[in-house]
Amino acid sequence: MAENVVVGDDEVDQSRRKFLTAATVAAGAVGAAFAAVPFISSWAPSERAKAAGAPVELDVSKIDAGQMAIVTWRRSPIYVVRRTPEMIGQLKGHDELLKDKDSADSTQPDYAKNEYRARLPEVLVLVGTCTHLGCLPKQRFEAHSAEMGAYWPGGFFCPCHGSRFDLAGRVFNGSPASINLKVPPYSFPSPLKLVVGVDETNKGAA
Amino acid sequence: MAAVQAPPGMDKSAKPSERKGFLGWLNKRMPVDEFISSQLTGYYAPKNFNIWYFFGSLALLVLVLQLATGIFLTMFYKPGELTSFDSVEYIMREVNYGWLIRYLHSTGASAFFIVVYLHMFRAFLYGSYKAPRELLWILGMLVYLALMAEAFMGYVLPWGNMSFWGAQVIVNLFSTIPAVGPPLVEWIRGDYGIADATLNRFFSLHVVAVPLALLLLVMLHLVALRQTGSNNPDGVEIKKKLGADGHPIDGIPFHPYYTVKDIFGVGVFFVLFTIVVFFVPTFGGLFLEGPNFEPANPMSTPEHIAPVWYFTPYYAILRAVPNQRMGALLMGLAVFAFFLMPWLDQCSVKSMRYKPFISKLALAIFAVSFIALGYLGLQPAEGSAVLLARVFTVLYFAFFALMPFYSRMGTPKPVPERVTYHAH
Repeated sequence: MAENVVVGDDEVDQSRRKFLTAATVAAGAVGAAFAAVPFISSWAPSERAKAAGAPVELDVSKIDAGQMAIVTWRRSPIYVVRRTPEMIGQLKGHDELLKDKDSADSTQPDYAKNEYRARLPEVLVLVGTCTHLGCLPKQRFEAHSAEMGAYWPGGFFCPCHGSRFDLAGRVFNGSPASINLKVPPYSFPSPLKLVVGVDETNKGAA
Repeated sequence: MAAVQAPPGMDKSAKPSERKGFLGWLNKRMPVDEFISSQLTGYYAPKNFNIWYFFGSLALLVLVLQLATGIFLTMFYKPGELTSFDSVEYIMREVNYGWLIRYLHSTGASAFFIVVYLHMFRAFLYGSYKAPRELLWILGMLVYLALMAEAFMGYVLPWGNMSFWGAQVIVNLFSTIPAVGPPLVEWIRGDYGIADATLNRFFSLHVVAVPLALLLLVMLHLVALRQTGSNNPDGVEIKKKLGADGHPIDGIPFHPYYTVKDIFGVGVFFVLFTIVVFFVPTFGGLFLEGPNFEPANPMSTPEHIAPVWYFTPYYAILRAVPNQRMGALLMGLAVFAFFLMPWLDQCSVKSMRYKPFISKLALAIFAVSFIALGYLGLQPAEGSAVLLARVFTVLYFAFFALMPFYSRMGTPKPVPERVTYHAH
């Protein structure tokens, strides 16, 4: 064997070298992408977090008319309001003040995509986190109160950034929130026995 | 040159090969002398630096201070929904000098932003972002981004009620991204709400990942600085006028001249810094907010959510927009606009000293807008505060968007051939 063999540039097959370089880079990139999967996936909710997100039950008959109960489901407060006939009446007459009066852009199950945003007009179930940035809207159920103004038909007020919602969780014009309060999946296995997290499409399996 | 005989091993100009003893042994194996000479004693910086040039070295000092105090806090802090708040109280009440270490760290966070904002304003004043320093500026902006991530996640760790709700608001910003937003937020949180999983990954990022990124970026920032050399208050490139020795006539060696200057700055800084640490560590709720002395409560939002002062200009922009997606987008743009500075500024001169009046006016309006937005971001979003925030948001963006036009207007004053310098 000869020592110190120097290969001249003209003897190097550049196209072969470029192909090998490109193939090595491509194989390495694919490998890196696959190797990243477990690490990225590790950030998703764990089995324990999913189990803790199981459905919750509430006996709505124990809530007084016009009052609100809060249960926790999947770390979100769920507002359950027993609406009075007056409160149901207050849902009408301010459509022109609402950003999304028909809830077209908002998130709710099909059975809550109606004028009451509920299965039953007298029971309102909402995810109690502001659709703006997740604060808890406070209850301001009294209509035309001095604090909220003469137009106010009763509803919710977010103290963080001033978003306003009516008694169906529909957002008012001028609020930083763009869509109505979310309605979670829920059902009534027996009259006024509310289960949050279970409905026709969600079987409650975490 | 100097005929004074230096003692063996002390002569700074000695070649590594001439070294004797331990330093000779060392220099054969590591370029110690070469490094000191190329980076300090042989690195020439403009001789006309003023007070604005303290803040780069002070930022480095605060970084070291944060790393040192952070390492000690990590020894006593226990991340976790049930342990975080209590372990911070444990540090404050029961660990020897724990209160001091924690207040140094929390005050250090605010001090970091004070010196970095002044450092950035210096670049605005003297056009330090302009060619050939565009990359230096971008690397500095990446340091600023990493610093914001680091500060945000650090603020979540004590797991006070403002930690929790601050995390809630900031993480939910990602839900405004079309299509991928909601699953992305769930992925960031690792749960259906801000939870133990979120806290633990923020701890890991705050203590390991982001500090490593910060150190790397700061190093690259310094490497880029060494390549172009420092700008100066006149915006004159000193490398264009070299003396007989090949060094810039208007340059002086970084060591000893600027090391001594910076040490004086460090002294003044520590006087002010320790006054805050010892007498007003919460700084009236600005450095540590009142609601954070209560444990996190997912069922109770604080009456008024405000981030720590250094984020409030962007927060005011977010709240000024009546549409959530637009608000989040503008907030991102408000930070991103800084990256474009080297190309937005079309003025033929670098320094404000020689720029026409309209450029000076624009910078003054921007500075007032930034501070005003910072103030408004601390106030409840009601009535005139929202209106004012909208006005200043428009001014803020006008500064950047109109810069390609107004920066060409007017006639700059003539820039001198050499830096202006008056020996004291």
